[in-house]
Amino acid sequence: MPVFYGIEVESALMLGTAQYPSPAILVEAFRASKAGIATVSLRREQGGGQAFWELIRGLGTRILPNTAGCHTVKEAVTTAHMAREFFDTDWIKLEVIGHTDSLQPDVFALVEAARLLSEDGFKVFPYCTEDLIVCDRLLHAGCAVLMPWGAPIGSGLGINNAYGLRALRAEFPDTTLVVDAGIGLPSHATQAMELGYDAVLLNTAVAKAGDPAAMARAMALAVEAGRAAFRADPMEPRDMATPSTPVVGKAFLA
Amino acid sequence: MDITLNGQTLKTSAATLADLLSEQGLTAKIATAINGAFVPASLRATTEIRQGDRIEALSAMQGG
Repeated sequence: MPVFYGIEVESALMLGTAQYPSPAILVEAFRASKAGIATVSLRREQGGGQAFWELIRGLGTRILPNTAGCHTVKEAVTTAHMAREFFDTDWIKLEVIGHTDSLQPDVFALVEAARLLSEDGFKVFPYCTEDLIVCDRLLHAGCAVLMPWGAPIGSGLGINNAYGLRALRAEFPDTTLVVDAGIGLPSHATQAMELGYDAVLLNTAVAKAGDPAAMARAMALAVEAGRAAFRADPMEPRDMATPSTPVVGKAFLA
Repeated sequence: MDITLNGQTLKTSAATLADLLSEQGLTAKIATAINGAFVPASLRATTEIRQGDRIEALSAMQGG
């Protein structure tokens, strides 16, 4: 099972808490997903914060606060400090958004923010791209977890660059790697795990499904299947057919 | 003096951040910042409010 900064979590599925039709359905979906980590955010208190926080604490998962919506190093660092105090955790899902339409991370600001936060004792989970050099810089900045996107947040497009994610896995065999964002279907989650990723973080695919709890269960099964397949050492694909049934002993019936 | 709290402009006579939060009924658990800088809970009682300050009081919310 995945290890995040020395903490082993009993599920390779990390689930977001946004966009559910109701709090009750959120709870049902979490129960069905068996997710070990729930992502949350900090927003202006408008009266419902306390109730939501109680609900999340009741899930029994670990909490991973995010810096969603931050576009600068300063915003992200301040939000991380506020989250550390509020949620009483030094874990932070670091998002520094660089492009409004694609929500692509500003990787330059991301590395800088990751360095500042790591120096300040945070355990940073950076939402990044699959770029090898960016990921290397993040590790040097103090990160022990990398969370490259599969596709843009909320797009459901799946694993857009399997080659890049495979290369990243090969380059950093001992780093905890999570595919964060872009997962739309269980098959996408399975593919991420088949690539050898340690975990998958998703939200919209479950929250916006017609039956979120049923989709959460499907995702849990998908992640488990993908992980089991990776550990089973899959066969290499080949271009030519090769008969699986033995040729030896075949009757001469022509 | 005039300050901005969570994007809303308002007049206050509160001297410190702790006074302001109490005046505004923000008694539930929150995290605070002034002018983009984090203010830990332990410093709210000694952090003075100044004219034009932009104050944020945040709480847990849904997130992905």
